[in-house]
Amino acid sequence: MDDLLADFLTETSESLAELDTALVKLERTPNDEETLSLIFRMVHTIKGTCGFLGLSRLERVAHAAENVLGRVRDKVLKVTPENITTILAALDCIKQIVAALAATAHEPTGDDTILIAALDAAAEGRVLTAAKAPAVVAAPASAPAAPPAIAPPAIAATTVADLPITPEPISAPAATPPMPEPVAESAGPDTPAADAQIGPQTIRVGVDVLEDLMTLVSELVLTRNQLLQLARMHEAQSDETSGFTVPLQRLSHITSDLQEGVMKTRMQPIGNAWQKLPRLVRDLARDVDKRIELVMRGAETELDRQVLELIKDPLTHMVRNSGDHGLEKAEARRAAGKPETGRITLNAYHEGGHIIIEVADDGAGLHIDRIRAKILSKGLASDGELAAMSGADIQRFIFHAGFSTAAQVTAVSGRGVGMDVVKTNIEKIGGTIDLKSEAGRGTTFTIKIPLTLAIVSALIVEAGGERFAIPQISVVELVRARLSADGQDSTTPVVEHIQGTPVLRLRDQLLPLVNLTDLLALSSSKLTSASPGHAEHSVHVVVAQVGSALLGIIVDRVFDTEEIVVKPVAPILRHITMFSGNTILGDGSVIMILDPNGIARATGVAGSSGGDRGRDSRDAALPSTRSYSNTAMLLFRAGGTDPKAVPLGLVARLEDLPRDKIETSAGQPVTQYRGRLMPLVPFSGAINPDAERYAVLVFTDGDGNQERCMGLLVDEIIDVVEDHLNIELSGDRPGLLGTAVIAGRATDVIDIGYWLTQASQDWFRRSDRQAGKGGNFRAHILVVEDSDFFRQLLVPTLSAAGYRVTAAADASEALRLREAGVMFDAVVSDIEMPGIDGHALVRQLRAAGAWAQLPMIALTSHTSPDRIDAARNAGFTDYVAKFEREALLASLEQCLAAVSGAGPGATPAGGRRLASAA
Amino acid sequence: MSANVLDRVATPAADEGGDDNATFVTLTVADQLCGIPVLGVRDILGAQVITRIPLASREIAGSLNLRGRIVTAIDLRRRLGLADAAAGVERMSVVAEQGGELYALLVDQVSEVMTLPASSFENNPPTLPPQWSEFSAGIYRLRDRLLVVLDVARLLSLGPTSPGRA
Repeated sequence: MDDLLADFLTETSESLAELDTALVKLERTPNDEETLSLIFRMVHTIKGTCGFLGLSRLERVAHAAENVLGRVRDKVLKVTPENITTILAALDCIKQIVAALAATAHEPTGDDTILIAALDAAAEGRVLTAAKAPAVVAAPASAPAAPPAIAPPAIAATTVADLPITPEPISAPAATPPMPEPVAESAGPDTPAADAQIGPQTIRVGVDVLEDLMTLVSELVLTRNQLLQLARMHEAQSDETSGFTVPLQRLSHITSDLQEGVMKTRMQPIGNAWQKLPRLVRDLARDVDKRIELVMRGAETELDRQVLELIKDPLTHMVRNSGDHGLEKAEARRAAGKPETGRITLNAYHEGGHIIIEVADDGAGLHIDRIRAKILSKGLASDGELAAMSGADIQRFIFHAGFSTAAQVTAVSGRGVGMDVVKTNIEKIGGTIDLKSEAGRGTTFTIKIPLTLAIVSALIVEAGGERFAIPQISVVELVRARLSADGQDSTTPVVEHIQGTPVLRLRDQLLPLVNLTDLLALSSSKLTSASPGHAEHSVHVVVAQVGSALLGIIVDRVFDTEEIVVKPVAPILRHITMFSGNTILGDGSVIMILDPNGIARATGVAGSSGGDRGRDSRDAALPSTRSYSNTAMLLFRAGGTDPKAVPLGLVARLEDLPRDKIETSAGQPVTQYRGRLMPLVPFSGAINPDAERYAVLVFTDGDGNQERCMGLLVDEIIDVVEDHLNIELSGDRPGLLGTAVIAGRATDVIDIGYWLTQASQDWFRRSDRQAGKGGNFRAHILVVEDSDFFRQLLVPTLSAAGYRVTAAADASEALRLREAGVMFDAVVSDIEMPGIDGHALVRQLRAAGAWAQLPMIALTSHTSPDRIDAARNAGFTDYVAKFEREALLASLEQCLAAVSGAGPGATPAGGRRLASAA
Repeated sequence: MSANVLDRVATPAADEGGDDNATFVTLTVADQLCGIPVLGVRDILGAQVITRIPLASREIAGSLNLRGRIVTAIDLRRRLGLADAAAGVERMSVVAEQGGELYALLVDQVSEVMTLPASSFENNPPTLPPQWSEFSAGIYRLRDRLLVVLDVARLLSLGPTSPGRA
């Protein structure tokens, strides 16, 4: 039986039972309009649904009954016992047909003309005393059940009495050859009436009843666990099996089965949450004039009802978003060489106690440049921060509150209450959401949610003498780490400290650590009192996934995983965000459930960057740990007591060099670093000869053999902090970009570009000028640069010089910005870029469009005369070597001055300022 | 573990309870006799294993397992701003319900259930120390001593105002 029919039968059975009562009530109080309209509505619904399901016989009867009721409602007819009887007769007929439907899934054949005639007569105000209920295939016994009680006896008698003489409808099975057998079966007089009335084998149960059952079962499970534990202890003590063992085991099994059974009652296929989507997508396609195909896979995947309810709206929103923003219009798709019909794919499957739901579209992907522009306009991050972020990080901004990338607000979506709500809702149920977007290929959202909210698998850990549960969903791995570097076991990683902040090198990545004992302000007596031999001073690190970031939680001990029943904490404890609930373990003790998200928020660790050898540009290389609005800054002391800062993302490594490792080459200090010489630049100008060891910030760029690196010698590394990088004062001091307030202190932000040139052989003598500082005019500069490193370098440099800066990671991004209508005052572009190179880009920009007249400055590492000519021929206004901050600023100033002085289109008067590097 | 003090004494007490009388579970905290209206008391427990809750207010002693339900325990001495109980002394608790949640009030000793006539009731004397007047609903004059009626709802209205750690 198909679902629609089953639903119809369940609903109709309920309505019919109600109708009986309501009609009787109406007969007694004929003027009760409320009851009358209720009856009318129910009959109308039955009629409507029948028509929809193609149950023509049922529809005809219901229609005739509705006519009568309609006229009663319109006060044309009076409520008389005769009328009520006629309608009840119609209801009986409907009941019988429904019963037959329930048994055979097919509408039984039969002749209702007499009944319909009686109804029609009633509608016209005549009374056909011969009104008869027709015989129907289903058990006659069930028919009179209701009417005799209420209908005048005479007529009820007629109804029953007429049954035998009505021609047997079953005698005409030839008319419906495909189904004679079921009909015959259902017609059997032995068919229990109750069976037919119940309809399909489902009953409706109030959700609260199921919830209560679930709570009870949860507690039963706990009690069972406690009993088992007691029995084990008892056995261990008395050394003999007690009489409890066998019954306890049975109790245990039955409890497990019961738990499973009750869980099943709460499980529903995820398809239930998807039911409305095809229609939604169809309407959406029409509204936005796109062709959309919706593919749904894994609709039968089951999950907890509560979870289902909670993800229904987020899912609907996401599908709508995919259709509205994700997919392109037919022309655009055709132009991009894709099929005209866009496809939204929903895919659900189980994976290790969780449900994964993917919402994918094959549209244009997220427009990173638009997101970036939006971030800037909303002030969610600065240029500098953005430039330091990977594409995936920027894409994740769409989960930010108040973020909508739709250029215009449509009726469908784009109201700015979108993905952030989705994310919040999903996180509320302990789930995670992430996205992957590829330009031109589409966007895939992946939601991971627990199967059920009531019982979760959790890792039990101990810290400071207390036990805690960490939900398994957020645990990525367990790592054993040593507290100190001494000891023979060199394979175990060592917990290192950056000025008291513990970090761990985990597979080429710096993992921020938090000590649970410290975090929860528990006494760490256990840890310190551990004897030297005890576990070699090792600790356990639970690597937890927090959003897209990883966080290491240091714990003293790790026990087992346990299925725990999550209970909410008391309201007076809700303000402690570190806990997501509490639970009772098998031994009866209460423990708190840790919320890794809360821990990350509380410590701010989620924001700090991994600093992966300065190469975290590769989106996939590591899950970035950067917060959306803050930049991780490395604070250090050098040449004075004031703290200095550098964006941590720029620092590849921190090294601690002993004095004897520092050698001199051509008058410059160098060290052997990873098989090559690394130039060292002392920040304070000279190496302090007294120091035993030197703290070195290592900066690298490039890959493999192309890699160049430089070490900046500083006095002391202080800390890594998260703060908003806002350079407020830019001084003229060499090597410093300016001053920003970091961690509440005025801190000098160093200019890496300056220090890099200090280290490199082609050090350019700085000119004494500062650019871009005239007047209130803040020119808007577009920087096109594929290397994250240089973008990180350029954006703060230009910002500090007073320009507004937007960065693009490649030429196509720049072109998209142009299409999006963003206007700039000048373009600074790299030459060597993957895809469209700088020359091609500038040719395209010069050929047409709003940017054709803009000053464009080429930026490259090669400065030979023929290269300069090539750049000029392509259309560049000027040509500057990459590391030359001053030359670039001077060139920009000149170009912009020329434009504003001579109007658009003029070539800069000062001509090309050629970099003086050899 | 749950003491059956209630079962033992509740019945005669209820019989005596007329319109003007009120019935209280009496308890002592730092030698002061206090009373909690018996209808608000769900359970009386002997010494329990209590799990500490890190970062919670210092009044919150922790949570305990009462027949499969998690009950938040509140140290009445701390709530009333009194000196902590001596270490190692076993303490009893009175379980009360508020907003569907159970709370255990840790007290030094639970004594008996008493029905007291309204005629012996007095409002708080204005000179009562603030930490007592905040949680006291009035005083009963007993023959040989005074009983402070505790306002359970107020005792349990703990906000995130006094975290254990800054």
